[in-house]
Amino acid sequence: MLNRQGRPTTPGVGSAETHATFTGNRAILQEEALLFELGRADATGVDFDEPEPFIARLGTLERTGDIGLPGLSEPEAVRHYVRLSQRNFSIDTGPVPLGSCTMKHNPRLNERMARLPGFADVHPLQPVSTVPGALALMQELAAWLMEITGMPAISLSPRAGAHGELCGMAAIKSAIAAKGEAATRKVVLVPDSAHGTNPATAAMVGMPVRAVPVRADGTVDPAEVAKLVGPDIAALMITNPNTCGLFERDIAEIARIVHEAGAYIYCDGANLNAIMGRARPGDLGIDAMQINLHKTFSTPHGGGGPGSGPVVLSARVSAFAPLPLLRTGADGVELVEVGADADEARPFGRLSAFHGQMGMFVRALTYMLSHGGDGLAQASDDAVLAANYIRVGLADLMSLPFGNRLCMQEVLFDDAWLKDSGVTTLDFAKAMIDEGYHPMTMYFPLVVHGAMLIEPTESESKASLDLFVATLRDLALAARAGDSERFTGAPYYAPRRRLDETRAARQPVLRWTPPAPIAEAAE
Amino acid sequence: MRYLPLSETDRGEMLARVGVRSMDELFADIPQAMRAHGLPKLPRHKGEMEVERLLSRLAAQNRPAGAGPFFVGAGAYKHYVPATVDHLIQRSEFLTGYTPYQPEIAQGFLQYMFEFQTQVCLLTGMDVANASVYDGSTACGEAVLMAHRVTRRRKAVLSGGLHPHYAEVVRTLSALGGDTVETLAPDVRATEDLLAAIDDTVSCVVVQTPDVFGNLRDLQAIADKAHAHGALLIAVFTEAMSLGLVTAPGDMGADIVVGEGQSIGNALNFGGPYVGLFATRAKFVRQMPGRLCGETVDAEGKRGFVLTLSTREQHIRREKATSNMCTSSGLCALAFSIHLALLGEVGLRRVARINHAAAVKLADALGAVPDVEILNDTFFNEFTVKLPKPAADVVAALAAKGILGGVPVSRLLPGAGLDDHLLVASTEVNTDDDRAALVAALQEVL
Repeated sequence: MLNRQGRPTTPGVGSAETHATFTGNRAILQEEALLFELGRADATGVDFDEPEPFIARLGTLERTGDIGLPGLSEPEAVRHYVRLSQRNFSIDTGPVPLGSCTMKHNPRLNERMARLPGFADVHPLQPVSTVPGALALMQELAAWLMEITGMPAISLSPRAGAHGELCGMAAIKSAIAAKGEAATRKVVLVPDSAHGTNPATAAMVGMPVRAVPVRADGTVDPAEVAKLVGPDIAALMITNPNTCGLFERDIAEIARIVHEAGAYIYCDGANLNAIMGRARPGDLGIDAMQINLHKTFSTPHGGGGPGSGPVVLSARVSAFAPLPLLRTGADGVELVEVGADADEARPFGRLSAFHGQMGMFVRALTYMLSHGGDGLAQASDDAVLAANYIRVGLADLMSLPFGNRLCMQEVLFDDAWLKDSGVTTLDFAKAMIDEGYHPMTMYFPLVVHGAMLIEPTESESKASLDLFVATLRDLALAARAGDSERFTGAPYYAPRRRLDETRAARQPVLRWTPPAPIAEAAE
Repeated sequence: MRYLPLSETDRGEMLARVGVRSMDELFADIPQAMRAHGLPKLPRHKGEMEVERLLSRLAAQNRPAGAGPFFVGAGAYKHYVPATVDHLIQRSEFLTGYTPYQPEIAQGFLQYMFEFQTQVCLLTGMDVANASVYDGSTACGEAVLMAHRVTRRRKAVLSGGLHPHYAEVVRTLSALGGDTVETLAPDVRATEDLLAAIDDTVSCVVVQTPDVFGNLRDLQAIADKAHAHGALLIAVFTEAMSLGLVTAPGDMGADIVVGEGQSIGNALNFGGPYVGLFATRAKFVRQMPGRLCGETVDAEGKRGFVLTLSTREQHIRREKATSNMCTSSGLCALAFSIHLALLGEVGLRRVARINHAAAVKLADALGAVPDVEILNDTFFNEFTVKLPKPAADVVAALAAKGILGGVPVSRLLPGAGLDDHLLVASTEVNTDDDRAALVAALQEVL
């Protein structure tokens, strides 16, 4: 058949497998060389004139010899990074149902606001009198976070969630020291289901960890905690809602036991997105909790950062927040940068230079103002509804380690249902990639075998959730039907097949090095 | 609510499918006594236009660096960032992707990380670099902890030229871990005797170059003595642009090099987010904290990249991990990498020379002002000025004239007897007119 221009329009037949391309490219999915293979020592994408001759003041320390950096012209740079970007899955591509990671939509208004020169182009050490709006923004963000969590104090400075954990545990350690118990009260209780950052944080503040077993329903048993507390216990680090997607319903009783024993409660706030407007950590007996702005408050994950982890603090530990402090004085918001100006507060030191992740504060506050109190509460409701909707959609095919009960913002499956199928959790996840989904969190939490932790967030439409459930059902049925090759070889359609991680670890190649000269290579 | 796709009809259908009558019932696990009932004290949701108006009003109360003459540094620097950089990091697939734990669909992230690690190695003169940490100060703190693991000693010696915030981060982390820190007195003229502080109990010596007062430091003798005593030299920088013109720490014997990468690719952002650079010798790689990307092949033998050596990290090793960090500075590292690729060797060297030339011009002009003394013999783009008046007062008076003239040392080191010292930086963004305005205004306020 011909169209009106006389071109044939009937497609030919043939299979992609027998027609590998000469370039390795697959139409708009391009192979891309390394910057070091593309760039040239004399190329640049930036135009500056050489300075007029002058007498350098470098002493004997002028850099000589080649650095070895490649340069690209602007068109080459744009193409390089656009091609790289196209090899990433992102929320804007499709659902990223990573449990505990809260991959919600990142509004672009946040980005625009963060780039206002009054926020992006101000220096942390320019006179405080020239940045009242920046301090007011921080104070406003602090007020929102304290209201949402019901906590009386906050430190904004931690630069990520784990940094916030460190901040909270340091405040707790300082409170213990202030009571004269630093030498005796050293052990931190951590449930088996905790994030790896919790025990790692305890180690950083010099505190050994003792595990709290999780009971059969996936939550922490107050009776177990009661058995473990004593004069040697500094704190319990608990995650609520926990990493099994369940609300720790005995949290108040646990907090009472811990407090009566003279210890403190650190709450990992990674899952705050489930409970805004439904429960306030301040009402649950929490002493310190980090808030991952890149989870609950929509600042972008950016392929692994930057994060931001403000920490809310109870009255029992608030005096020990690190520098800098924000204080409301006669002239508005004041910035306290040195301990001598801290009045009655007793900061435990400083966790990083300057005042925290301002760029993330702007994005998070933009998000909060957009949602309002009503929208934030609705977001939590929708997130929990979506997780439960997925749970009921899959409960008959996949196994729920703690039974088919209500969950919070994420739903946890184990791999019992894959028994004897020849398919592992990893294989199942990789097959999801072929179907156009980012896999869920795998093999975490550690308390269940082959964990698959799914968190859809409130950002998915019903149609998207329906399609997701339908796809996972198709995959689950295929796995059960013995179609194991679909899984064990997956992904087939991603820019790369499964990568050899063992080789990467055994023979680490952690940087590009120039290829050996040809003469040498020939020897 | 524009960010929430579910309609009331959807919610009704989904609640029915879940088998509950109301949203309240979904939260049955939260005991009644602990239930909150919405967030009534917070304002209601707002449209984009209204939110933009509110935030723009706050932003307008701040004086941006670009609004007039600007000479503020001390660990964060105003440079010109090409438009391409900010455009590319806002590509959806960079902005909204997760940490590349699923390498088959994250090769873009992983490849730029591999390129970034290589760029950092080349800049610092080191063997291996990680995929970035939070910022320069936390990199410095982590470097000290790493040196303790390598040497199995627990005492750090900090130069008096180390940025006071960095020193405070080290002291804070050390106090938490029960380690010892000896901080030398503030060292304005780079005359301290670090060699005398090194003995067999010392794990590491931490020296910044250019130091916080702007002086360039030759590290080789310190490295030699540290190594003779089984200690490590940690070299710190807060101005990454200097590495285009000043001898790399790796060429002066450093064992760990850490610093702030903000000045390449990243805005001032009132202090964050920034990007911590972290590099070391190959033999120490397994004690290095942070994320690492490595090259490998896929099932078809094609080159690909993965996160590797993760047995150092918290999600595998828990309390035995090298650090609790589970975040790098992703987008900021990407911005750094793109800006540096655009600069290339010739561009970086040239812009570094322009920075140095700008600072030399300014130092010469300020040095000619009566009663003003330039204290540095060497510097890159920042130096220390001794004034006849308290520097904080002078900076305030300059600000009233629309000029941001620098950082009073008293803001970083109150009570150190350096109240008349001012740190002044000049970069490629400053024009001759900017410098003339500063000199003229200074003459008026002194």
